[in-house]
Amino acid sequence: MSVSDRRPGTGYSRREFLQSAATVAGAATVPAGLASAASMIAEGSAGGAPTAVAKSLQLQVNGQPHELIAEPRLTLLDALREHLKLTGTKKGCDRGQCGACTVLVNGRRVNSCLSLAVMHENDEITTVEGLQSADGTLHPMQKAFLEHDAFQCGYCTPGQLCSAVALVEEVRKDPGRPKLTDEDIRERMSGNICRCGAYPNIVAAVREVLERG
Amino acid sequence: MDDFAYARPHDVEAALRLAAMPGSQFIAGGTNLIDLMKGGVEAPTRLVDITQVSGLAQIHELPGGAVRIGALATNADTAIHPLIRERHPLLAQALLAGASPQLRNLATAGGNLLQRTRCYYFYDKGFAACNKRDPGSGCAALEGFNRHHAILGASERCIATNPSDMAVALVALDAQVQLRSARGARQIPVSDFLRLPGETPQQDTNLAPGEIIMAVDLPPNRFAAHSHYLKVRDRASYAFALVSVAAALEVEAGVVRDSRVVLGGVAHKPWRIDTQGLIGRPLDPSALESLAGAALKDAEPRRHNAFKVELSRRALVRALSVAAA
Repeated sequence: MSVSDRRPGTGYSRREFLQSAATVAGAATVPAGLASAASMIAEGSAGGAPTAVAKSLQLQVNGQPHELIAEPRLTLLDALREHLKLTGTKKGCDRGQCGACTVLVNGRRVNSCLSLAVMHENDEITTVEGLQSADGTLHPMQKAFLEHDAFQCGYCTPGQLCSAVALVEEVRKDPGRPKLTDEDIRERMSGNICRCGAYPNIVAAVREVLERG
Repeated sequence: MDDFAYARPHDVEAALRLAAMPGSQFIAGGTNLIDLMKGGVEAPTRLVDITQVSGLAQIHELPGGAVRIGALATNADTAIHPLIRERHPLLAQALLAGASPQLRNLATAGGNLLQRTRCYYFYDKGFAACNKRDPGSGCAALEGFNRHHAILGASERCIATNPSDMAVALVALDAQVQLRSARGARQIPVSDFLRLPGETPQQDTNLAPGEIIMAVDLPPNRFAAHSHYLKVRDRASYAFALVSVAAALEVEAGVVRDSRVVLGGVAHKPWRIDTQGLIGRPLDPSALESLAGAALKDAEPRRHNAFKVELSRRALVRALSVAAA
């Protein structure tokens, strides 16, 4: 969804149109009492039915603040790829079934295809581009994936990496300190599908990082 | 995905006012709702994001020993919470059998109860006939591919199954749903909150218009030492149940004092099994066989799911045997 599309015959850009609509909406269509109760309302009105209004959105991604103009229906995945041009995060099924879009939100792995960007304004998002340290040193999980040849075509790899990094964190935070078997690792990585079938090497890479502590 | 307006209230009162406006729907984890919106099955004109509503994500103990799970507690957090792990391991097990770690990080207790069936014909608008999506249009699953569909409690209007693992355990644990609306608060057992399809399969639950789920309460029980959630599916992980069993036993000196057994994957809601025959005696193979046989005697399989009848019987015997051990 582009914000610079010209509306035919109006001479207005979509962005200008939406901004003016938002100004009107703020005064006219939000019921009394709601504007103050809700911290944020993206809403206009057309013939009585509520309509979406694109608004400015702040996202914190890989330690950097970003601002974009987005409609509420923009998924976090599309915000990352299409607006912020962070194309490391992949769109596989776009329906929460493959895990290729996995990113970290406040350190927790989530499917970015099933989450709305507008719902993440207060969150710290980490994508595969943000796993390495500032000086370019690869994350231990990235190194382990290279060492164990844990991929073939690589399309699922950004999601596998984010998921694996979170897996290790989940184990470290678990007061029960579980010692994972290969079967456990497979279960905990089951939200990430690999069509090339690199699973044995992915398990080996995750195991190595877990064992290194 | 169709356009919609978006609002993010910070308290329950504001959320209820926004939800009362036509076309509004709540969103929390969004893992099912956004999927359905992408397919056009759901098309709210306003989403009311309740993730910033305060006080709804806690898990804590109530006076009297019940455990309250806030509606916004994620499935991931719930599954590893000490109160759940220690007192209601059946629920922890069921939660970890569902979805994937990434989805469990988003999915909430309230949303899990409100998720829609994964019936292919409900999900795919290419099929016109779905009474759940479009009341009166028929049911494409009756003569379609119905391997995953119901064998118990279905109607000619709808043979969809409830996809939740969590709900199967909640019914076994006699959980209560805490609801609120502008009119006040009420509670209802999970087993009554979810519905059979009957004549109105479009209505999955008994959530009234204008109501919000506040929490799910688990009353104290003596099942922690002898419970088991068994899930049978087409692959080892990350798939919906063909059949599942939540089995909970209270055993004293080798004798069963109390029990709850619920089947999942076989009906429009978790299907409670009569366990009266187990009480007051040791759990021997003949008691198990007769319970399993009686549980499935009214089963009405369809063309592709007759296997679920025998699978359910065996799953019941297995789950109860593991729970008793």
